[in-house]
Amino acid sequence: MTDLLAKFDSIRAEYDFLKGTGLSDPFGVVMERVLSPTRAIIRGRETILVGTYNYMGMTFDPDVIAAGKAAMDTFGAGSTGSRVLNGTFATHVAVEQALKDFYGTSSAIVFSTGYQANLGMVSTLAGKDDVILLDADSHASIYDGCKLGHAEVVRFRHNDAADLEKRLRRVPAGKGKLVILEGVYSMLGDVAPLRDLVAVSKAAGAMVLVDEAHAMGFFGPHGRGVYEEQGLEDQVDFVVGTFSKSVGTVGGFAVSNHPHFEILRLVCNPYRFTASLPPVVAASAEASIRKLMTATDKRARLWAASRRLHASLKGAGFRMATETPESAIIAVLMPTQEECVIMWSALLDQGIYCNLSRPPATPMGVYLLRCSLSSEHSLDDVDEITRRFVAARAATQALAA
Amino acid sequence: MAPSRDAVLARLLELIQPFNAKAVPLAEDTRFADDLEFDSLTVMDLVANMEDEWDINVPLNLLPDLETIGQVADAIVKLKAGA
Ligand SMILES: Cc1ncc(COP(=O)(O)O)c(C=O)c1O
Repeated sequence: MTDLLAKFDSIRAEYDFLKGTGLSDPFGVVMERVLSPTRAIIRGRETILVGTYNYMGMTFDPDVIAAGKAAMDTFGAGSTGSRVLNGTFATHVAVEQALKDFYGTSSAIVFSTGYQANLGMVSTLAGKDDVILLDADSHASIYDGCKLGHAEVVRFRHNDAADLEKRLRRVPAGKGKLVILEGVYSMLGDVAPLRDLVAVSKAAGAMVLVDEAHAMGFFGPHGRGVYEEQGLEDQVDFVVGTFSKSVGTVGGFAVSNHPHFEILRLVCNPYRFTASLPPVVAASAEASIRKLMTATDKRARLWAASRRLHASLKGAGFRMATETPESAIIAVLMPTQEECVIMWSALLDQGIYCNLSRPPATPMGVYLLRCSLSSEHSLDDVDEITRRFVAARAATQALAA
Repeated sequence: MAPSRDAVLARLLELIQPFNAKAVPLAEDTRFADDLEFDSLTVMDLVANMEDEWDINVPLNLLPDLETIGQVADAIVKLKAGA
């Protein structure tokens, strides 16, 4: 018998080595209690959360919780069914209406996760005679959507409109083209030059899908995303998003003004062949999305915290992944895997949780300590985070020396 | 006019050489992963250079089947013929 798990031996050896060093396991963090959008108890210690994508701090919003509890009481714990069978409750229709109101679109389709939204949209929109052109740094859910579908897949250099244009030109005439972009790229926190990328896409007759997972709520006048901020609402054909970040719960969605968008409900397997979100989640998401429409104070606080963290870490001598704070993801570049892991562990000892990111999730083989801010981080929190980063660096250098 | 396979192979070897850090002797049956030990980032750079050289898109879906230099030469000839 061939052991099918043997192919992972080298990864297992690496992981075992890491655990044997006595450092904390970056893939084994347990939140023992969650106190707020910015605080949890980890290993018995109160920890500042700086790596949760809880951008708008909606997880503990009283209206969101109340809406969820009411739906739980009214509709029960789960839907036990697909959206196209018994799994569409009034809560699902209501959250789709909230999305249409938020985005100003004629259609919205809710999936069970953002990962599934990308799987479904990418694999279903582009068929076997079509070509997908995707940014090289695309999220795993987009790559997996490509694998699930039958289209030809062409990758262009990250955020490079000239490279995209060249590849669009090489697509044989008559083929359908889908260009896939993201507003904010989640590893480095860099914002895409969507205006240029969308312009070359439209000039070549391609349809455009933008994943705005890391921009919802705080880019653009209505918080719709980078595409809104860059004035592209009448050019982008499909927007994909998630409830797992700014909305503060779980779920995914796609919105569009395409007159025939709704047909996807009947042909998209990652939509049809899975149970719908529990009503408690749909109702919480609806309440959250409606509040995000007017959350200008939260937006301002999130941007203030993000800018301050970037400036203070940079001032303390850390190498930042982006020269300026472009989004609410503030990532620190680490020179080696070893230092990255030691520093991550030292930060946790200091009561800071951020994300450790490494290849292949990161581009260009870089090692990152990735922070994401929340509107609920005070400026004092930000200063405390920086102080602890400095202390963790000292501990790391002592250990690495 | 589509280039001959010989011409494609000769130019392909030139394109691979800058990435061949271990100076492995290159032949038709040299394998990218096992012999040249190219990682995914190196493969991406090399593929981008090939695409520019022949003005083609090499679809990602093709890459898993392209293990040797000879297979890549075949694929380029085919893509050029199809373009
Ligand atoms: C760009 C992007 N798209 C999609 C997703 C998937 O979202 P979800 O957590 O809802 O599955 C994520 C987050 O993991 C993401 O970063």
